[in-house]
Amino acid sequence: MTLHLAVALDGAGWHPAAWREPAAAPRALFSARYWAGLVTEAERGLLDFVTIEDALGPQSTRPDGPDDRTDQVRGRFDAVLLAARLAPLTHHIGLVPTATTTHTEPFHVAIGIATLDHVSGGRAGWRPQISVRASEARHFGRRSFPPLDQVLTRPGGADLSADPHVRDLFEEAGDAVEVARRLWDSWEDDAEIRDVATGRFIDRDKLHYIDFAGRFFSVKGPSITPRSPQGQPVVAALAHARLPYEFAAAHADVVFVTPHSAADARAIVAEIRRLNADVRIYADLVVFLGDDAAGRKARLDELDGTELVSDAAIFTGHVRELAGLLLEWRDAGIQGFRLRPGALPYDLWQITSGLTAELRARQAFRSRYEAGTLRGLLGLPRPASRYAEAR
Amino acid sequence: MSARPGRPRKRVHLAAHFPGVNNTTVWTDPRSGSQIDFASFTHLARTAERGKLDFFFLAEGLRLRELKGRIHDLDVVGRPESLTVLSALAAVTHRLGLAGTINATFNEPYELARRLSTLDHLSGGRAAWNVVTTSDAFTGENFRRGGFLDRADRYERAAEFVRLSRELWDSWRPDAIVGDQAEGRFLRPGAIGQVEHHGRHFSVEGRFTLPRSPQGHPVIIQAGDSAEGREFAAAHADVIFTGHGSLEDGKRFYADVKGRLARYGREPHQLKIMPGVTFALGDTEEEAAENAADIRRRQVGPQTAIAFLEQVWGRDLSAYDPEGPLPDLEPDLSGDLSQGRVPIKDRAAVAAKWRALAAEKGLSIRELVIEVTGRQTFVGTPGTVARLIDEHVQADAADGFILVPHLTPGGLDEFVDRVVPLLQERGAFRADYTGTTLRDHLELA
Repeated sequence: MTLHLAVALDGAGWHPAAWREPAAAPRALFSARYWAGLVTEAERGLLDFVTIEDALGPQSTRPDGPDDRTDQVRGRFDAVLLAARLAPLTHHIGLVPTATTTHTEPFHVAIGIATLDHVSGGRAGWRPQISVRASEARHFGRRSFPPLDQVLTRPGGADLSADPHVRDLFEEAGDAVEVARRLWDSWEDDAEIRDVATGRFIDRDKLHYIDFAGRFFSVKGPSITPRSPQGQPVVAALAHARLPYEFAAAHADVVFVTPHSAADARAIVAEIRRLNADVRIYADLVVFLGDDAAGRKARLDELDGTELVSDAAIFTGHVRELAGLLLEWRDAGIQGFRLRPGALPYDLWQITSGLTAELRARQAFRSRYEAGTLRGLLGLPRPASRYAEAR
Repeated sequence: MSARPGRPRKRVHLAAHFPGVNNTTVWTDPRSGSQIDFASFTHLARTAERGKLDFFFLAEGLRLRELKGRIHDLDVVGRPESLTVLSALAAVTHRLGLAGTINATFNEPYELARRLSTLDHLSGGRAAWNVVTTSDAFTGENFRRGGFLDRADRYERAAEFVRLSRELWDSWRPDAIVGDQAEGRFLRPGAIGQVEHHGRHFSVEGRFTLPRSPQGHPVIIQAGDSAEGREFAAAHADVIFTGHGSLEDGKRFYADVKGRLARYGREPHQLKIMPGVTFALGDTEEEAAENAADIRRRQVGPQTAIAFLEQVWGRDLSAYDPEGPLPDLEPDLSGDLSQGRVPIKDRAAVAAKWRALAAEKGLSIRELVIEVTGRQTFVGTPGTVARLIDEHVQADAADGFILVPHLTPGGLDEFVDRVVPLLQERGAFRADYTGTTLRDHLELA
């Protein structure tokens, strides 16, 4: 069984001091050319997809609200638009932007992702994400959230899943994905008929109102965007605990999990498999690679003034050792990996050149793209519209 | 008519409208291609750029139009999300401005300002936002807050939206990013300002997530003819997209709107007036006229003719022969059959006028609808059309035009190949781009 590999792109890399590495280009982070270089390199390495991080507020070292640090990267593009900008420059690799479900309109997000699927010829995905921060809610001024530090320090508050506010946001996210999926199906594939004799451009019996009504919003439909090449773009969710596992199991095609050992991976896989037998399980790892990986990471830690902390396990070492670890976790039921390069572009080069070759030598990685769509690369069939089935 | 003595010749501004979801777009033509494949957008945008046009323009509609309670199926239906497809087009074009229509009513400033800034960064300074508003509960059924807004408040909300967007765009100092690796300074201290906005429609506090974009402020376009719309444009917009394509009508509109600018401390050149126009070309004037008539017949097919009549009459007229006379029935004024488009004002008067015209000229239903609905603005040989465009601009009926082709994706090819060179010869249109941003092209900088 071969392994699936993806990379998570964010700024100059996942170490807050990554922009200070010699190979980094800190003044180019807000140029299309920088991102085009990264994604074409990932495609050269035959990776399944790239994810692009996003949030509706600037990065910060505080849990909620901005800080005044000037020694770390601040600022991000809208990830869906960045993915669209990269689509015409690539041909095979999947593009999976993050888009928040909390303050956005599900209708806009759904047509944005469907459009990304059209412009990329079937390579779109979406990572829905909730926004729990009170500071981000103040950017919209429509809802008032408790400060996140307060939620975290509440009795039993370390488990965000137990917080009623967080539970609501997940429920809303579930509704947002449900709305998007219905909208993506709301045009059947053969709805456009262009029948000159009757003057009809579409067969309106093949367009469907979705009539979604929930606690947070109602959406009538149909979509304004015709059904996209994949029919259903790929939905991916990052999950660290029971509540997001349930969200991913109910709504996602791919789940990113954060085990810290093979045994941990096995336990997480078992827990998710009890909820969903089909969802693709990818493990996240922050990676510092190359001959001097430990030295590079130590230097960045020193520059940042603190040791890197991450939700995901941090791997530091040679690609040969990483290949061994990935295969070990594969045997624990992990199907793929979303690697978060510690520093860009250096650790990405290590993945695309070194790691893929290492895995290929062990018959564990592709030597060419075997499908034209992201669903195809993930081995997911193209589903018929749910409304076509119901007829 | 040439340039007025005593002032330099005005340069014409031109934009390309992607064919939209109304009967202007002729999908029955065998040359008509996909309305959704990215290749169609690429073709039209690259053609526009080959012609050195100022910008490419996308319209928007957030709910599919309905007639008689059912989705209208006679025109093109379906389109992409505007900013997403424009961002992809930024990868396949290099100078062309990229303008998207986005509804201010169903968006929030922080998110939309961020998306527009992203497009401006990713296109090297080519982003534009055509601000439209709606109070329409029908469209609102696709959104969180529904049709929440009173009609009277639409422009006030849009104005506050634009002001707030500009606050957000201005909140990072232009030199915010230092990127000094040795000193460990990514940002200049204090370079990201705190935005505190508390207005009637929006309450936004916090920091923006993007550095100032190449244009600083993406170009603002306003579409809409009402008095409120004109005032909004005079106060806030860089470009007006209007319907006033004829010479006399255009001159009146132009004088009215430019006359409003001084109140806001603005100069006449800071707001460009660009009517949306259609065209039909031919090797001779006769051929052009025939082409124009042929396009009109295709735009108003038999079923479309009946559908137009139904919107005015407010009744199901599907039993009537489109090639026959108008119905004897009186219009039913009790309700509107059409949803998702601008309503027809005073349907009784329109019906009376149509009936009189049909009687006078002996027109069938279809002939009447062809007669009364939008004919081409410019019809003629390439030389005639180039001259008319130049004359309209020199006579202050417009600063330029948004061209609306009737075919996807090739509807602009002939214009770019045959009319643009003649405009260039007249000295009325740029031979090449002289700047890199849309503000440069529009001479707004």
